[in-house]
Amino acid sequence: MLRLEARPVPSQAMALASPIIALVLTAAVAALILVGIGKDPVSGLQIIFLEPLSNRRQISEVLLKATPLIVIAVGLAVCYRANVWNIGAEGQFLMGCVGGGGLALWLTTQGIVLPKLVGIPLVLVAGMLGGLLWAAVVALLRDRFNANEILVSLMLVYVAQQVVNALVFGPWKDPKGFNMPQTALFHASLHLPPLLERTRLHIGFVISLVLAVLAMLFLFRTFRGFQLQVGGLAPAAARYAGFSARGAVWTSLLLSGALAGMAGAMEVAGPIRQVTPYLSTGLGFTAIIVCFVGRLHPLGIVAGGVLLSVMLIGGELAQSRLGLPNAMASVLQGLLLLILLACDTFIDQRLRWSRSTGPAA
Amino acid sequence: MHRLELEHISKQYPAVKANDRVSLRVKPGEIHAVLGENGAGKSTLMKIIYGAVRPDEGTMRWNGEPVQVANPAAARALGISMVYQHFSLFDTLTVAENVWLGLDRAWALADVTRRIGEVSATYGLEVEPARPVHSLSVGERQRVEIIRALLTDPQLLILDEPTSVLTPQAVDKLFATLRQLAERGCSILYISHKLDEIRALCHHCTVMRGGRVTGEVDPTQETNASLSRLMIGEEPPQLQHQPREAGSVVLAVSALDLPRQDPFGVDLHGLSLEVRAGEILGVAGISGNGQQELLAALSGEDLRAQPSAITLAGLPVGRDSPRRRRNAGLHFVPEERLGRGAVPTLTLAANTLLTRTETVNPQGWVRTAAVRGLAERIIQRFQVKAGGPQAPAKSLSGGNLQKFIVGREIDASPTCLVISQPTWGVDVGAAALIRRELLALRDAGCAILVVSEELDELFEISDRLVVIARGRLSPALPVAEATVERIGAWMSGLWTTEVAGDAHAAA
Repeated sequence: MLRLEARPVPSQAMALASPIIALVLTAAVAALILVGIGKDPVSGLQIIFLEPLSNRRQISEVLLKATPLIVIAVGLAVCYRANVWNIGAEGQFLMGCVGGGGLALWLTTQGIVLPKLVGIPLVLVAGMLGGLLWAAVVALLRDRFNANEILVSLMLVYVAQQVVNALVFGPWKDPKGFNMPQTALFHASLHLPPLLERTRLHIGFVISLVLAVLAMLFLFRTFRGFQLQVGGLAPAAARYAGFSARGAVWTSLLLSGALAGMAGAMEVAGPIRQVTPYLSTGLGFTAIIVCFVGRLHPLGIVAGGVLLSVMLIGGELAQSRLGLPNAMASVLQGLLLLILLACDTFIDQRLRWSRSTGPAA
Repeated sequence: MHRLELEHISKQYPAVKANDRVSLRVKPGEIHAVLGENGAGKSTLMKIIYGAVRPDEGTMRWNGEPVQVANPAAARALGISMVYQHFSLFDTLTVAENVWLGLDRAWALADVTRRIGEVSATYGLEVEPARPVHSLSVGERQRVEIIRALLTDPQLLILDEPTSVLTPQAVDKLFATLRQLAERGCSILYISHKLDEIRALCHHCTVMRGGRVTGEVDPTQETNASLSRLMIGEEPPQLQHQPREAGSVVLAVSALDLPRQDPFGVDLHGLSLEVRAGEILGVAGISGNGQQELLAALSGEDLRAQPSAITLAGLPVGRDSPRRRRNAGLHFVPEERLGRGAVPTLTLAANTLLTRTETVNPQGWVRTAAVRGLAERIIQRFQVKAGGPQAPAKSLSGGNLQKFIVGREIDASPTCLVISQPTWGVDVGAAALIRRELLALRDAGCAILVVSEELDELFEISDRLVVIARGRLSPALPVAEATVERIGAWMSGLWTTEVAGDAHAAA
């Protein structure tokens, strides 16, 4: 009979191998699904996992999509390490679009042209404020009324979407936009500078890498970061040490909210260049998977962000090339997370054959 | 014929061989002690007998017949009952309901209630079947567990460290019951590491060390020293407790009142105590009488006390956070090592940061090399057996982690140290080292408050003793004037009648 047995020490090798095993298993299950719906599994997997990396333009698109994933996931990693379960990064992302996009729109309609080095940082900061305020609602309710942050942050996603709708269908609607629910395009001085010629990849990707390094320093080199993590790992030890649990809730939520908001501002000031009702594409939720695939470690998150971005774009490609259903990309994401969590069981435990267990009396 | 015969029982766990060819023979009506330190393999052996753990090899014979016990239900069917160290009772149910739940067969509650009455009358185990368990004292709860075990008319009763939660008087009562049981032919396996008890109660003693049997003796013919040599392989180290003039008051608690926070907690009523520089004040008492609540108020984990109810060197600290108290010189060692005194998954180096922040620079950056150096120094100074400063806390044995945590606080040179259960679940060598270090810290002028359930330990290291019972504190007594009997009576809250005449001495 097979049974799980606790390992004397957690396996370091398994902790690193688990995401890779999970990826291989996900691909295997994906192949089975492809066979099941009558598609060629080899070309299907090839399109989903390799095609997005086949040329310069595709790679730039992968990195472009990875940028908000990394920025959001880095913030979420701080939260999850503090045992604060912010599931509503999507809403904080949208409020970042509102904050950053609102400022960009105001500057554009007022005809104020700032130097790029001033205007763009201002837009990013406005986005951060938007996300931070949205996360502050969660922190306040959790701190003041002990409300469950998972539910509150998730519900606020839908509220944020309605806020975006109210603005773009109402006061922010472009007067010259043929009544389309969208704002005017932002002034060119507010567009994020491109990183590669003739691609949409912008400097936000560099910013995301810098943020990952900063997050690493914060988590592993500062006392504040240490305090947050103790609160998550052993609340009684945090109380004993005198680390504030309230402080951990506020710090981690505000930080992750601000980062999700910055990701939103990067999207509206980057590839989209206006605010529309269609900004929410689930990046804030995908970032949760990125976070776990990356082992809640900023460097792992960079790799995880690129991986999930490949799968998102590969899913879209498979949709157009092979006529796969739209849901395939989400199915793959869900599979990856599920299989990863299953694989993680074997970090602390191992499988053992135990001989006969026939009933005896 | 033997009631129970074990031959060459072995059990291998992933990291440790818990039992190595252990043999054990128990006669009918015999009170048989299994003596050994924590980690000697006693509990594993009992779980094998009770069917909770399956041995890798070896045979077990029950009344001469070879048996394989598949699970605890099968053990009970054979006539084996076990009373665990940690009770498994539901607080919100009555005594009878709890006993009822533990029975295999379908009995009516009324029958169970009647049987409880019979058993408690036969063995002098007074307990009221209709009372809810949360209103019972710890000794009464243990009686419920024993009654539950006796309802099935066992031929073998296993008791795992039964006296760790009892007052000396309750221990005497328990022993009377056990002797009566044995006279009626029931065999008893008595697991303990307390030498005096084994010598007073048991007919025969099997000593274990490191998973093996190191001796089989008649405990009535042995001395504590000879038993302890069998148990730990050497003479127990002797402590030097030099009389010393205590200095000025460092830690003072005055009229501390705190309502309970958790429904099964204890209200604190007007607690007052003083600890002076260079003295150890011992707080005796049975667990669950307000120790946790008092310690939380002293450590700063509970900040509801009046600021002036707790003073440190004359300054009110009742509302100060644990970090501010540490900065003022008050350090605390909690009872739970993993999860409170240390974060299990973090390294020893990282765990120093819980209470030692001299390795953090003013801008909030952690100086990693200094953190490692500090952990290294604590490991060296307190002889912690560990894989170095980068070993995760949970990889250490209980005794070594306790040495590390106590060392971390002593190394900070506190002016006042509050320590709970300093040697609970710790092997004899580590316990001796910790007690020696506490005495050295006292001799260096630190004011130390020790909360412990082990009376022997308190008598060994304390200068003065107080007793906590039902959220109230007795007057302090110099150790020279205290006796086990007197402290034992006080543990039931019976000091008020005794000191009513000279209440002014209560300060």
